[in-house]
Amino acid sequence: MIDANAWQQANPLFSVRGLSKSYGGRIGCADVSFDLYPGEVMGIVGESGSGKSTLLNCISGQMAPDSGEVLFDTRTEGLKDTRKMRESERRMLARTDWAFVHQNPRDGLRMGVSAGGNVGERLMAVGARHYGDIRDSALDWLGRVEIAADRVDDRPSAFSGGMQQRLQIARNLVTGPRLVFMDEPTGGLDVSVQARLLDLLRGLVREMGLSAIVVTHDLAVVRLLADRLMVMKSGHVVEAGLTDQVLDDPQHAYTQLLVSSVLQV
Amino acid sequence: MKEMDQYNFAYLDEQTKRMIRRALLKALAIPGYQVPFASREMPMPYGWGTGGVQVSAAVLTPEDCFKVIDQGADDTTNAVSIRKFFQRTAGVATTEHTEDASVIQTRHRIPEEPLKEGQILVYQVPIPEPLRFLEPRETETRKMHALEEYGLMHVKLYEDIARHGEIATAYAYPVKVEGRYVMDPSPIPKFDNPKMEMAALQLFGAGREQRIYAVPPYSRVVSLDFEDYPFDPSKAEHPCALCGAEHTYLDEVIVDDDGGRMFVCSDTDYCAARRAAGHRGAMAAPYEEEETAG
Repeated sequence: MIDANAWQQANPLFSVRGLSKSYGGRIGCADVSFDLYPGEVMGIVGESGSGKSTLLNCISGQMAPDSGEVLFDTRTEGLKDTRKMRESERRMLARTDWAFVHQNPRDGLRMGVSAGGNVGERLMAVGARHYGDIRDSALDWLGRVEIAADRVDDRPSAFSGGMQQRLQIARNLVTGPRLVFMDEPTGGLDVSVQARLLDLLRGLVREMGLSAIVVTHDLAVVRLLADRLMVMKSGHVVEAGLTDQVLDDPQHAYTQLLVSSVLQV
Repeated sequence: MKEMDQYNFAYLDEQTKRMIRRALLKALAIPGYQVPFASREMPMPYGWGTGGVQVSAAVLTPEDCFKVIDQGADDTTNAVSIRKFFQRTAGVATTEHTEDASVIQTRHRIPEEPLKEGQILVYQVPIPEPLRFLEPRETETRKMHALEEYGLMHVKLYEDIARHGEIATAYAYPVKVEGRYVMDPSPIPKFDNPKMEMAALQLFGAGREQRIYAVPPYSRVVSLDFEDYPFDPSKAEHPCALCGAEHTYLDEVIVDDDGGRMFVCSDTDYCAARRAAGHRGAMAAPYEEEETAG
C-alpha cells in the first residue's frame, strides 16, 4: 500500500496560483490558489453563480483567465504554466493527460458517431491506426463502464442518460489521463443511477490513481468522491480543507448554511 | 466586332484573374492547403463548376487546348456547355483527346490516360473541407488543419468499418498531401486516388465555398487507411462491355427494365480510342460505321 504520508513529499501534479477572472465589472472568480497532488480528488462546491464553472473552465484551458498561473506537471518538462504553452501543446494535453467530463453528455460526446467510435476518437487522435486494436480497447472500456459489448456500434442517442454519461467517462479515460476535470458529473441523473455512477467513478479513480477536480453543488457527491474540498461563494474561496472536516465541522457561515440546507430523507 | 471581342479573354477581367493566380501560387506553395479567394458570380449556377471555371479562366492562354470532362464523359451537358463557354469567351482550341489537351477541366474523374508534364488538371470541387461533416464549425476545422489534428478523419473510417465491415467511402476519399495537409480530392472515385501522384499539375476550385487548393506535380498523395484495413482502390468487377478494358473505372448502365445492365468505361475518350485500336468488348457493335460528314 501507499505510504500514508507520501503525498506530502510529492510534487503537486497541478497547481493554481492567484487565478482571477472577471466579466467586465463582475467577478467570475478572484484570487484562487490551490495545489492538487497525484492521486488526489478535490471537490469544488458552491451555489449557482458562485464561480465554480468559471474556475473550472479557466483551469482546464477552455477560458482565458485575467491573471494568475495554472501549472501542470508535464511528462517531459515538469511544472509548466499551461497559459504560456502553445495552443498545439495545450490541445495535446487536453486529449492525452487531461480529460473533461461535461455535465451534459451531449457536450462531450459525438452524437452521430457510434459508441466505439466515441471511445476510439482519442486513441486515433494520438496516432492509433490499427482498427482491431482500437476496437479492442473500445470494447474493454465499454466493459469497464458497464455498457454491454453488443452496444458498441449503437449511437449515443440510443443510450439512456446514465449510459451516455458512462460512455463519456470511458471516452475520456481511454488514453489514461492523469488529471480529470468533472463538471457536475451526476447532474440530471436520477438517484439510483447517480449512485451507480459514483460507485463506478470512485472505483476508476482509485484503480487508475487519477487526480480529479470535481465541480458540483451536490454535497453527497463530494462526500463520496473527494479527498479535499473547496467551498466557493461569489467568486471567492471561503473555506478549504479535508472533505469530512469541512462537511462535519463547517467554520464559515456560508458553509454552515450549505451543509444545513441538505434535505434529510 | 466579333462575338469574342465582347468579352475580356476567358470571360474574367484581368484583376480577377490576377487575384485567382495569386491564390493558385499560394496553394501550390502549400500543397493541400485551402486558400480563400474572392469567388465571382459566374454565368452558371453554383454546383455546376463555378470554381473550376474560374481556375480554368485564370490559367488559360490563347495557345492552350482545352478539354472538359464530366464523370469521364466529354459529351454531357455540363462538359459541353463549359467547353462552349471557353470556345466563345477565350477562343481557345478544344479537344476531346486527353493527350492533346493542355488544360483539362474535370468533374469527378481523372482521365484514364496518364497525364504528362505540362498538362494542367482543374477539378470542380463542391465541398473543399474534408472534415466538414465531422466538425461543422469552420473555425474549428481551420484550427485542426493548422495543428495537424486529423484523428477525426479516422473516426469516419472507423465508423465505416464498424458499420459495413470495410471502408465504405467510395468517393471523395480523404488523402494526405506531402505528409501534411489532409485534403478532399473532390468527389472522384477512390479508384482514381492513386493516380493523383502524377506528372501534371492539379488545381482545385470551389466556387461557392471560395477555396482554391493544389497538388504540385509528383507530390506524395497518400489515401488514409488503417493498418489492418489498407486502402483499396476498388472498381466494378467487370470488363468494359464496349472495349473490353479490365483496368478502367466503369459506369453501370441499366439497359432494360428486366435487370439487364452493362458496364462501360466512364472515360469516353479512352474507351473510344481503344475501340478505334481494335479492342472489342462483349456488347460492342459487330461493326462500327465510319464517321462520315453528314
